Amino acid sequence: MAEPLLRVHDLRTYFYTENGVARSVDGVSFEIGAGETVGLVGESGCGKSVTALSLMRLIRPPGRIEPGSEIRFDGKELVTLDEKSMRAVRGAHIAMVFQEPMTALNPVFSVGDQIAEVVRVHHGGSKREAWRRAVEMLETVGIPSPEQRAHEYPHQLSGGMRHRDHHALALVMNPALVIADEPTTALDVTIQAQILELLRELQQKFGTSILLITHDLGVVAETVSRVIVMYGGEIVEEAPVGELFARSHHPYTEGLLAAMPHVGQERDRLATIPGSVPPPTMWPNGCRFHDRCPYAWERCVAEHPPLYQIGEHHISRCHLAEEPERRAHPHEPAAAKAGA
Amino acid sequence: MRRLAARLLQSLIVVVIVTTISFFVIHAAPGDPFAYDSANITQAVREHWRHQFGYDRPLLEQYARYVVSVLHGQLGYSFQYGEPVTVAIRDAVPRTLLLAGLSLGLSFLIGITVGVLQAVHRDGWFDRASSAVLLVFYSLPDFWLALSALMLFAYVWRVLPPGHIVDPVMHDYMSGWAALADRLKHMILPVGSLTLLTTAGIARYQRAAMLDILPADYVRTARAKGLPERRVVWRHALRTALTPLVTMLGVLFPAILGGALFVERVFSWPGMGSLAANAIGARDYDLVTATVVVGSIMVVVGNFLADILQMLLDPRIRE
Amino acid sequence: MNSAPRKNVARRLLAHSTGRWAVGVIVLMILAAIVGPHLMPYSGIEQLDIVRLKNSPPSWAHPFGTDQYSRDVLARVLRGARISLAISTLSVLISITIGTAYGLVAGYAGGATDAALMRLLDGFISIPRIFLLIAVLSLWNPVPLTALILLLGATGWFTVSRLVRAETLTARTQDYVQAARALGASDVRILWRHLLPNVATPVLVAATLGVANVIALETGLSYLGLGAREPTPSWGSIFLDGVDFFAGNWWVVLFPGIAIIGTVLAFNVLGDALRDVLDPRQLHGTPMTEAAPSMTESNPHG
Repeated sequence: MAEPLLRVHDLRTYFYTENGVARSVDGVSFEIGAGETVGLVGESGCGKSVTALSLMRLIRPPGRIEPGSEIRFDGKELVTLDEKSMRAVRGAHIAMVFQEPMTALNPVFSVGDQIAEVVRVHHGGSKREAWRRAVEMLETVGIPSPEQRAHEYPHQLSGGMRHRDHHALALVMNPALVIADEPTTALDVTIQAQILELLRELQQKFGTSILLITHDLGVVAETVSRVIVMYGGEIVEEAPVGELFARSHHPYTEGLLAAMPHVGQERDRLATIPGSVPPPTMWPNGCRFHDRCPYAWERCVAEHPPLYQIGEHHISRCHLAEEPERRAHPHEPAAAKAGA
Repeated sequence: MRRLAARLLQSLIVVVIVTTISFFVIHAAPGDPFAYDSANITQAVREHWRHQFGYDRPLLEQYARYVVSVLHGQLGYSFQYGEPVTVAIRDAVPRTLLLAGLSLGLSFLIGITVGVLQAVHRDGWFDRASSAVLLVFYSLPDFWLALSALMLFAYVWRVLPPGHIVDPVMHDYMSGWAALADRLKHMILPVGSLTLLTTAGIARYQRAAMLDILPADYVRTARAKGLPERRVVWRHALRTALTPLVTMLGVLFPAILGGALFVERVFSWPGMGSLAANAIGARDYDLVTATVVVGSIMVVVGNFLADILQMLLDPRIRE
Repeated sequence: MNSAPRKNVARRLLAHSTGRWAVGVIVLMILAAIVGPHLMPYSGIEQLDIVRLKNSPPSWAHPFGTDQYSRDVLARVLRGARISLAISTLSVLISITIGTAYGLVAGYAGGATDAALMRLLDGFISIPRIFLLIAVLSLWNPVPLTALILLLGATGWFTVSRLVRAETLTARTQDYVQAARALGASDVRILWRHLLPNVATPVLVAATLGVANVIALETGLSYLGLGAREPTPSWGSIFLDGVDFFAGNWWVVLFPGIAIIGTVLAFNVLGDALRDVLDPRQLHGTPMTEAAPSMTESNPHG
């Protein structure tokens, strides 16, 4: 098998704060192949955003990527790469789209300027060339009359257009990997659909790999081919998208799926996972999900589960893999009893 | 454009308010130009003068007359100098503008640079050391720095001239370059003192503004684009951090004029400040009122220019 | 406000790295001002041996030296401390009273009243304070001490009022204000009992910094000859007639300068420390978790 585009091995990113060491990403390993779209799912506080920033080495003090972590991209080891070479990677080979384009775009420069800047920094060339490329990109993402729009400022544009501009900025150098961090949160559904469609188009047209980070499983269902679920700074489940929805294994994934509202569903309330995400300075002993899990037993408190192989491409970090009969006896999770 | 016109109108209103306040405050204080003690002047003479110069009219009428005369470009008559106020201050105003303007420019350059460097290397040795130094400068009374500089550089080590704007004796005999050098030498201490005083405030403010902005999302985007850190800080972060600083100019202008007054006094720099300081005890009503009014107008004009600057810097404000 | 936060503040202030130095210096200064002049053998006003003690550099007998009128400089500094500290604190009290009232009214009333008051305030701010003070004081010469304090107070409230107005604007929309109004509380009562405590913190910080400002300002004014009446020395007047350039008596400039700068600096540092210490989040012991975590690279909550 050809080497994957991105290979992450035992990534650990810790933050050294006054309140202790926050182990936000605590041993994460996964791969992304060329042209693949992978979803990274989890609640806020589970470490998915920090993972994304780590891939681009945008972690600043008091955080750092721990030695021993490996991020292999396109044959190069990124963790030990010198800053100058890393900068050449950022924006041109790996690009990132952030959640809030209103604040992600600099308010005092025009949209065209900001996109052209990426071109000039990575590619050199004249201002006019870079501008032309920027306008081209705006057209590609579906902005009408791109020539005029390029001169406008972020605050003059509508929300949907700002999202597209932000994507144009990320994609103008045709990166091999795009990391989209919560690209659809805080958007209304029509724009959500537009953005996802845009991502799909770009993937088809340019063969870009996409790492889609979100807490919304619904978004994931339509767009990705594989899903990684994170909790407590670790990967707890990974499977092709169909498999995950049909035969999810980890209780956390189950909880997330159950919490999704379905059309035609009749219920008084949405199911929620009791308890809340623990702070990264204090991961629980044993399985990090045990106090919110309806199946947990003594082993879960004592023994930290490894990743078990469930199916051909399906892994899960849960002792139920070895004792599946426990699934028949759900109980109230410890966190719910504690009235959390 | 419309915003500009609105600001212009606002500024004019402020000028009117300022003139009114100055007038009433000054005239509300007890005493008038003729109230000084002197055995040689009888009450009758005082009354006569009061009547002649209109000081016995009702206050509102005096105010109305004042406004009318100001609109005609007349700021009254100076008893001290025996000439119309406008003549008396005519040369002084540009000299103060030179002193204050130069100092302001230098303070901005130094202050912004220091503030940015402090924010970027937060809690590093530079930040801590310069913060302490700046705090000390910030706490100096204006005149004291000037006085110390004067004592040190002009009397203890005689390297710089002890005041005035040009050499009072020799300047007229100096040829082109020597005359220019003379002027420059005389500017070093006054401009230097005023700059040091103002830089401290600006640097502190800029540091705070940068610290606010450096964690912003768009700064992170700039890094994610692969831009060199220098560009991220000095082009992306600083541009947006300048806007709050320009807002601060509104408070900075009166402060720098105040500082200029003391500096002018210590160094005998013949500007507005010296005029005001010399008018102490002279009961030169019109001159003193004029210094307050003109000083305030300078502030208002400065603010207006700052507004324009802000519109240029920040497209969000242009509407 | 119950006493727990207050004790908390005092403790935090003393634990604050720079704050406790500032408190120490200020206490020292106050003590020196009150007790010092009694301990000194000289008054600082009388002229000692005008032949042999004129312009003498610092010595054991005269730690700060003598000035050109043969007066002991240390004694002058100690006496001046009384005047400066008194004038500054009193005038700042006046300033914050006026400023708070103005800001509360403007912020609470809103609308046209607020706009008008703010425009008026713009006018006030545009007048360079020194120029106005000189104008009034020079025409009013000689000015009694109380008048000086009133004038200083009346010209120093502008920043405070802006601060208070800003706080009032935010506080006004809070639920507890609506609740109070629904319960039939009058506007005055709301201002007094609900809004005023909220602005206390920034006002306190502003007041401390204000004292620093006014000390420097009053020193400047007396340097120009407009301060407290002679022969009682105010800090500024030490420089006015004590400095003799041609004799080069730099100690008259340096030592009193250090005393003044030290005091002003202490108040500035105290103001900054108060700002840190009175941060409401830290007062009540809530850990610094952000409500809506922004995803910055320094934020461990992914």
